[in-house]
Amino acid sequence: MSDRKDTPASRASTQVDKPGLSRRSFLEMSAAGAFLFGFCVPLRETRAAATAPFAPNAFIRIDRRGEVTLIMPQVEMGQGTYTSISMILAEELDADWSQLRVEHAPADAKLYTNPDLSIQATGNSNSIRAFWVPLRRAGAATRACLVEAAARTWGISAAECRTESGAVIHDRTGRKFSYGALVDRASGIAAPNDPVLKEAGMFRLIGRSLKRVDTPDKVNGKATYGIDVLPPGLKVATLAASPVLGGTVAHVDDRRARAMPGVRQIVVLDDLVAVVGDHMWAAKCGLDALDIEWNDGPNAGVSSELIWSRLRAASIRQGAIAKDVGDVNKALGGETSSEVVTAVYEMPLLAHACMEPLNCTLKISPTSAEVWIGTQVMGRVRAAVAKASDLPESQVIVHNHLLGGGFGRRLEPDMAFSAARIAKHVDGPVKVIWTREEDIRHDIYRPAYRDILWARLQGGRIVGWKHRVSGSAVMARFLPAFFQKGVDPDGVDSAQDIPYDIPNMRVEFNREEPPGIITGFWRGVGPNNNVFAIESFIEELARQAGKDSITFRRSHLDKTPRLQAALDLVREKSGWDTPLPARCGRGVAAQIAFASFIATVVECEVDEAGEIKIHRVTSAVDTGIAVNPDTVMAQLQGGLVFGLTAGLYGEITLKNGRVEQSNFHDYRMLRIDQVPSIEVHVIKSGEAPGGIGETGATASIPALRNAIYAATGVPLRRMPVDRALLATHRKPK
Amino acid sequence: MIALTINGERRNADVPPDMPLLWVLRDVLGLTGTKFGCGVAQCGACTVHIAGTPVRSCVLSVGHVGERAITTIEGIAATPNGSKVQKAWLDLEVVQCGYCQSGQIMSASALLDAIPHPDDADIDAAMAGNICRCGTYVRIRQAIKRAAAGA
Repeated sequence: MSDRKDTPASRASTQVDKPGLSRRSFLEMSAAGAFLFGFCVPLRETRAAATAPFAPNAFIRIDRRGEVTLIMPQVEMGQGTYTSISMILAEELDADWSQLRVEHAPADAKLYTNPDLSIQATGNSNSIRAFWVPLRRAGAATRACLVEAAARTWGISAAECRTESGAVIHDRTGRKFSYGALVDRASGIAAPNDPVLKEAGMFRLIGRSLKRVDTPDKVNGKATYGIDVLPPGLKVATLAASPVLGGTVAHVDDRRARAMPGVRQIVVLDDLVAVVGDHMWAAKCGLDALDIEWNDGPNAGVSSELIWSRLRAASIRQGAIAKDVGDVNKALGGETSSEVVTAVYEMPLLAHACMEPLNCTLKISPTSAEVWIGTQVMGRVRAAVAKASDLPESQVIVHNHLLGGGFGRRLEPDMAFSAARIAKHVDGPVKVIWTREEDIRHDIYRPAYRDILWARLQGGRIVGWKHRVSGSAVMARFLPAFFQKGVDPDGVDSAQDIPYDIPNMRVEFNREEPPGIITGFWRGVGPNNNVFAIESFIEELARQAGKDSITFRRSHLDKTPRLQAALDLVREKSGWDTPLPARCGRGVAAQIAFASFIATVVECEVDEAGEIKIHRVTSAVDTGIAVNPDTVMAQLQGGLVFGLTAGLYGEITLKNGRVEQSNFHDYRMLRIDQVPSIEVHVIKSGEAPGGIGETGATASIPALRNAIYAATGVPLRRMPVDRALLATHRKPK
Repeated sequence: MIALTINGERRNADVPPDMPLLWVLRDVLGLTGTKFGCGVAQCGACTVHIAGTPVRSCVLSVGHVGERAITTIEGIAATPNGSKVQKAWLDLEVVQCGYCQSGQIMSASALLDAIPHPDDADIDAAMAGNICRCGTYVRIRQAIKRAAAGA
């Protein structure tokens, strides 16, 4: 795009690999269904060309000047992954941290597939978990080649050399080679298949709160998001898609729009109308001037009432069994036994509302397509554009950019597909921008869920537990191979592996797809729903047992000391045992989600009208080795706000097949004046790194709910918070 | 043709006077640091300074700017408080996705211009119009105080 940037991330360019470069396939994709695929470092064939940099694998390139370019397999959407990934590579490579250059990876499923997801995707909070070992191996193998090259030159053994800050050093003789000086010599050396990795105690970068590589250009306006690209000759389009899913355009009167200055073209497709203009204002005015009649189609009658009545009816059925331990029926003594505690929890449909509205820029010719976008799924974007423009994927080039928020919305390629269908009617490059209203009303929404739980207490302990999750199976659409025997593994994530030690338990999944709306991943995915239901129910059981909330949880966690330690720390740091005034309360939530162990306390006050003021949030997290502790802290702080926003405000509703919300006035976000102090305590750990990007969103909703319960005695069973219920229950039950 | 003074430079734009300044900056003049978020002055991502006052450029017709100086994120480093705010933002690693941060920085630097040592209530009042979906508010508050302390 432009060369106006000067930090490593902003110097990023999306390079498309030169054709003819053969590579070894690295993925051993066996039968679908397993979460983990075999994975080794994707190798590049060594190139002998005299000008070629040293690029022994897909992640590292070193040129003769010693400039080290790190290729980012995962996209940067604010989670700090460019920095963390660079730290991991640079750690094992012993590169000079100040001399690194960062580059977006191109769409290339062979080289950059996420080993945990089986596609080239950034999601499920697994960038560090999925790439931790492969990146370390890539760095270590590259380092080994450079050391070997130096040792051969000096006629000594590699074992006599050490590396530091981008140089190989032979201490005994004081000799030193910079990596750049070794590029030619190293190119002929085969990288070891099983390079030696550093012991944790040898880390120089990992574990330090290094400054992020992407932030300098994010405070001065230079950072380029997808929406910022300006290829020469660019036009701008905006669109109106059928307000009802599955609806079509019946008639368009475009006479007024055509006469407007700056309007260049009106593109009418089956299910959408776009106006192309010299700039967004012309396009938007043109769109507003169109008179569009829609055929609403079969979903015209869909409403929130319909969606919920179907989900509630479906949730009565027994679900597919995801986990069955012991004899739950015997332990419960039947669902209707007087000793069984039961509760039903409901989570609403939610929009993502990334700050950067959906957009995609394309230049489509009869023989090729070029795409500029910020996406979590580069390969799927390429496939979507290829399909929409009737081109082979090999003729589609995708340039990825920084994402102005992802949160799961940009795990979908739908915006690229729609934009390509428009762009193929446009001569030259066109940037298609969704207005905020179109973005909110044509989201791929977080599913609505309904959870029914049953449990039985005996002597203050849970002896039987049954949890039935009902809702969409996102995996069945997104990665169908993972949807097996009626169980969506994401739908029961954090439920089938509940941390509490319960001898008899069953987890069921009940698939029920809502009519008239598409559902997808949203920050926190399955655990977001499950942790809410479990931690709300555990709270009710703790009350039933007459135990302190933290003590009760702790007593069921003897086999999970990492979560016990997080609970102990949050108890201390939150002031859990200090008294609070009336109508104030603290609520706790404990979770193992995305392989991180987190305990969170929210402290809030509920006024007589039922309005909530959050006073304080405290979280303790054991995420294993924290590659960059400040990033872990930042992700949790932000994720907690994301969850609180959903708990206090988030709900998408439908009427006459149409989403009723449209912009930030009716799809509200938490603002700075509502956000309290948020303390995050990172527990030092030597365990393998866990995921962190989504964990805060998962933690704060149940902690808020339990704080409201403590403040008012009202056990809310549905999100978002219903203030009317809190206003009418002025005294604890 | 409309003449504007942006970050100290004279720029001309052949646009209709009712066109929001946001789109003139982004689509006509190539100053893409100012962001589109909502189009209805709900989120603050498009905040710029007009004669030093923070304004939502998505709802400000370019024809209403007149002779007043426009400052955007691209030019804020040249102002004393702007550069302090940027530095504090980096020192405290405020930024996550970063998309809203142009607007946050413009609002924060205008706050410090008006109130050199803002308290929490001042920060709430000045910054509540800027949404951050990543939830960086805790650090935004800290960074404003840090920038003020460095004044």
